[in-house]
Amino acid sequence: MLFRAAILRRGRATSALLAMVVAAAVVTTMLNLFVDVQAKLRKEFRNYGANVVVVARNGQTLAPNALQRVSSTLAGRGLAVPFAYAVARTTSGQSVVVSGTDFDQVRKLNRWWSVNGWPSSSQEALMGVRAAALVSPQSKPFDLNFGGRVEHLSPGGILQTGAAEDSRIYLSLRDFEAWTQTRPSTIEVAVSGTPEEVSSVLQKLSEALPEADVRPVRQIMEGEARVLGKTRATLLATAVLIILTATLCVLATLTGWVFDRRRDFAIMKALGASQRLISGFVAAEAVLLGGIGAVIGFGFGLGGAAWIGRANFHAPVVPRFSVFPAILAGSVAVALIAAILPIFMLRRVQPAMILRGE
Amino acid sequence: MFVRLVYESFRRQTRRKVLAGVAITLGVGVATAMIGVATDIGDKINRELRRYGANLVVTPQEDTLDVEIGGMNLKPASGGAYLDEAVTVNAGVGGQVTLLGTYFSKQLSFGKTNFVTGVRSTHPWWKVQGAWPDDASEDVLLGERLASRLNRQPGDQIDIAGRSHRVAGILSTGGAEDDQIVAPLSLAQQVLGRPRAVRRIYVSALTKPEDAFARRDPKTMSGAMYDRWYCSPYAQSIAYQLQEAIPNSHAEQIRQVAQNEGVVLSSVKGLMLLITLAALFASALAVSAAMATAMFERRSEVGLMKALGAGNNSVAGLFFTEALLLGLAGGLVGFSGGALLARLIGRSIFDSQITIQPVLLPLILAIAVIVTFGGSALAIRRAVELDPVYALRGEG
Repeated sequence: MLFRAAILRRGRATSALLAMVVAAAVVTTMLNLFVDVQAKLRKEFRNYGANVVVVARNGQTLAPNALQRVSSTLAGRGLAVPFAYAVARTTSGQSVVVSGTDFDQVRKLNRWWSVNGWPSSSQEALMGVRAAALVSPQSKPFDLNFGGRVEHLSPGGILQTGAAEDSRIYLSLRDFEAWTQTRPSTIEVAVSGTPEEVSSVLQKLSEALPEADVRPVRQIMEGEARVLGKTRATLLATAVLIILTATLCVLATLTGWVFDRRRDFAIMKALGASQRLISGFVAAEAVLLGGIGAVIGFGFGLGGAAWIGRANFHAPVVPRFSVFPAILAGSVAVALIAAILPIFMLRRVQPAMILRGE
Repeated sequence: MFVRLVYESFRRQTRRKVLAGVAITLGVGVATAMIGVATDIGDKINRELRRYGANLVVTPQEDTLDVEIGGMNLKPASGGAYLDEAVTVNAGVGGQVTLLGTYFSKQLSFGKTNFVTGVRSTHPWWKVQGAWPDDASEDVLLGERLASRLNRQPGDQIDIAGRSHRVAGILSTGGAEDDQIVAPLSLAQQVLGRPRAVRRIYVSALTKPEDAFARRDPKTMSGAMYDRWYCSPYAQSIAYQLQEAIPNSHAEQIRQVAQNEGVVLSSVKGLMLLITLAALFASALAVSAAMATAMFERRSEVGLMKALGAGNNSVAGLFFTEALLLGLAGGLVGFSGGALLARLIGRSIFDSQITIQPVLLPLILAIAVIVTFGGSALAIRRAVELDPVYALRGEG
């Protein structure tokens, strides 16, 4: 009987289903985004570079296996880049800070570094723009003296950041260690994840490297926490507004649909159906409508969220199937309320009055 | 006659009208609030991003190399080279210490504008245990690692270059400053003996995300293009203007901050725009659904009017007029409600105003009326084309 009823009144049934589907789709998109946008924005924030630094105490250098220990503690949840520092002298007696690092890793860590050419071979240096202007103004090879050992270097590229790196000369770690016999004293780490995850990684790193100072980069972590907090709050507010609107849409349509068919229910009542049977009938329809609408709407909503993810973040939004139970429950609940309300109101009215058209 | 019909319709069927009106009000309210939030969120998030600190730095053109390994307490492996650029002072208890002079929270006026600037705004992650020194005083801050080494508390005295100064507070930054003495700028200049010397100026500016236009060289642009570049708040154009204003200076963006905030800002703004579109779509649908439902109930009225001789056009006209009035009324109330809602969201999340531009009102009203029309149009057309006999009998 349910099926026949739905098929007979195709027009209104479809518009009710349509309203359900659209509402479920919009809410699914919102909830999907809400859950996923946090992760997406955090990834954007990782572009700010390291949020944790590991520094050897008292001006010492780190142990040779420090980088391995850091990498294994991270277990893929971040990027660790070693830095070794020394102060060398140019042929004119000028002091300059030289740093040895892993170029491939530092390129991934510090995306804001503006580099016009990365050194590709041995004895090539990445020169900070200010260091280059002073040490090798015509991009000619130059010599640096450290502790009596002279190193012949050629400029492999210019680095510009607007910060302290502009005054330094960067070499590959192998070249640096061969020349200065100095190991890295700092490991900069970009840990990905929520603040809680970052704190726990920080804790684990402190335990893995007891001889070093493991510190958060406060500028980065506090800035990120604050901006993310505000964005999340705004998203939540908009999500609530949208869910309310979608609910309103469904309520309006479904209430009208049930109210519209009051003649049918009046006939059923006149033929002897009990009030409970009619209510059950309507409730069953509502549950079915809510269920089907939720499923179809969920599919469309995932598509919508994926499109937004691609259009805005250039990365797919992970479909969060965890929101489906909430969508299903919500749809069915709203459909039930929308259906039961008019039935409740019509309960006391005599079938005869409805059949007469009043 | 027409006016009386409309008037009576509203007077006698208030309940039904109110329900439809409520739906319109809610839909318009949500749409208005969303538009308000979406247009303002860029500005709000931009201000929040300023917590990352300065995004521009001004240095002397003829600056020597920074021979410091800032950020961490490092003693570089020596071997004939030594630090000779930092301003080190004899702090009375063994060894040299770096003295940093800066503004904390200084009142400045330029022309008719007064403003306050200092590390308290450009470096918000600096935390002080005790009190911040006044910019005109001779009190200083001790970095926390230095303070624990020298065993000083807020209120103690410290010797700087032969004179005793009060420690106003202990500074914690997580960076190089934890090993330094931070003093008001005037005091540092006095100690150095260079009364107007400044090594570096950090600028925290509200900027627009960088695009291809921003990266162009201003010297290659002329006339209107140049004006447009000059007046847009790109980091590059602000740096350019700073260099013009301060003689013998070199200004550039601090890329770590300036580049990334552009990326984050674009992401958030793009996201909000798309969500707003979704919300507007949902609102429009809700209003249409409510109007269609309200209209559908009144087929017997339509049948009666037609049976009495009214033409299709006059009947449709009557209902469209009702829809127009409902749309306008609901739109007005919804707009004010939405504006209040936007203000509430702004106050609670960002502690600042989100204002709806009044120029949005006619636009919102127009959209409300169009959506109301659209929602009822189909239902009105169907009702009007129905044979009055069926409508009167309550079928169809």
